Amino acid sequence: MKTFVNKRPPIPGIATGSTTDLPVLLPTAGRLAQRARRDRLEGTWRLELKLWHGVLLVILFLLFAGIAEAQSQAEPDKGPLATLFRWIPVLLWKNGNGFVLNLTISFFAMAIGTVAGMALGLAQVSLLAPVRTGSWFTTQFFRNSPWLVLLFCIMLLFPFEIELGSTVFKIPDWTKATIGFSLPVMANLSEIVRGAVQSIPTGQWESAESLAFTRRQTMWMIILPQCFKRMIPPWMNWYAILTMATPLCSIMGVEESVRLAQDAMTAEDSRTELLGPFYVFLLIVFFIYCYPIARLTIALEKKYTVNI
Amino acid sequence: MEAFYEWFRWLYDDTGINLVIFYEQYERERFVDGFLNTLYLSVICVFFSVVIGVVGAWLQGSKLQITRNIVQGYIQFFRNTPPLVQLLFFYFALGTGLERWGLMPVYDAGGWNEPMIGNFGWAVISLSFFAGAFNVEIFRAGIEAVPTATKEAAESLGYTRLKSYIYIVLPLAFRVSLPALNNNLVNLVKTTTLAYVIAVPEMMYTVNQIWSDNVNVPEMMTVLFFVYVALVGVLVVAMGRWERHMKIPGYGQ
Repeated sequence: MKTFVNKRPPIPGIATGSTTDLPVLLPTAGRLAQRARRDRLEGTWRLELKLWHGVLLVILFLLFAGIAEAQSQAEPDKGPLATLFRWIPVLLWKNGNGFVLNLTISFFAMAIGTVAGMALGLAQVSLLAPVRTGSWFTTQFFRNSPWLVLLFCIMLLFPFEIELGSTVFKIPDWTKATIGFSLPVMANLSEIVRGAVQSIPTGQWESAESLAFTRRQTMWMIILPQCFKRMIPPWMNWYAILTMATPLCSIMGVEESVRLAQDAMTAEDSRTELLGPFYVFLLIVFFIYCYPIARLTIALEKKYTVNI
Repeated sequence: MEAFYEWFRWLYDDTGINLVIFYEQYERERFVDGFLNTLYLSVICVFFSVVIGVVGAWLQGSKLQITRNIVQGYIQFFRNTPPLVQLLFFYFALGTGLERWGLMPVYDAGGWNEPMIGNFGWAVISLSFFAGAFNVEIFRAGIEAVPTATKEAAESLGYTRLKSYIYIVLPLAFRVSLPALNNNLVNLVKTTTLAYVIAVPEMMYTVNQIWSDNVNVPEMMTVLFFVYVALVGVLVVAMGRWERHMKIPGYGQ
């Protein structure tokens, strides 16, 4: 008889191969696999914001502000809260910079990304092999490169002005940042479009064909209208993720809210007690904007889930 | 090898395409260092994030409500704030704070005191905690998939809670979790570029230095692009193969 005296028995699946007759696992396993598939297709995780996150941020803000007020020995109008209130117009909307610029960048990047992503996604299901391969490669290329690398690439390689005939068009930094952000959005949306089109059962294509629809008609009148419903939740999730990512371009000197907060603190003699209130204030602003989007995403997802 | 390097010098002289990292030894070493630092940072962060995931998932199954709440709070914080903010918070707020209150151990770096945890250390801590938060959730879901009967069987064979976790539950949970874990780890490797903001000399940072010194932004940008896409591509393919190998038959087709 063989005995394992000093040797540990091999752990199935780790030390040995994957052939096994394991007992049944609970439904969580299936749900996890489903979630992994969804995240892989969409290229990001689902933002799950809850109301208590916002409440917590407000408490944190009051706590930081309280500590800072107690610590500061400055004149009353130079206290942290008074300083923050003085800077709020600059941080949020003045001259179209600040948080308004974050929103502008996110709108345009999303718009460009959506249009380009749709085109690229449809090219991925094209019948022409070169188009399919080319668009697949483009998608994978931009999906797999880090955001910061893409952003640097566009910021440094794009000209800062374009000459058309005799007129010179200046390209502001934030426009370049917008293009930089739209590239990863484009690639991920392309994958979402491809996934959505391929998730429509083949029967639909076949029945459309039997009703003498052309391929283009089938795509526009039968397949895509069904896809839109499936694509809206991931599309909105991407928008929220993108908005939260826009402060990245502060590294390149674009005057959005985080950059201006840093500048404002420098202008106020870089007092350390300002750090907490300023940053938590920005977190609250981003939360107020992203929270409804995240909730709506989950609600629409529940509403649109179709079990075929 | 020398001829290979010289070819790039000829390329520069002839066409103006300046791939300085090939024919200048100094720049080559700098680039390789940056690349190795990125690899090093990725590997360490992947390791620690998995450890955090395993330990966190175990703590989340604790009988104490407070332990579960702390783990839940940790997950929610790191999941819902941008990793850039986390990195800045760890390095500037926590790092500077600990130094100021004298809680950070220092060592003598030839004349001045250097904190034990520098920018590299904070990058590892911050990124590991970021990815770890997702891993806790992933492993938790994997653990919940293991039926109570299996755990009871382990208990009846005299396994303690910890032993049954390590030998029975985790191997099963791991195989269930692998696809989701895979997504997260690929994401983590891409996120390591953020360490650039706290001046960790990883690839992005060194390449930035190289193009500043040699004024060859387009060339170095292309190199950076392809190296990253190759790195992530290799990871995706390797993890995909492992995933298929470890797949439990009949689950997550």
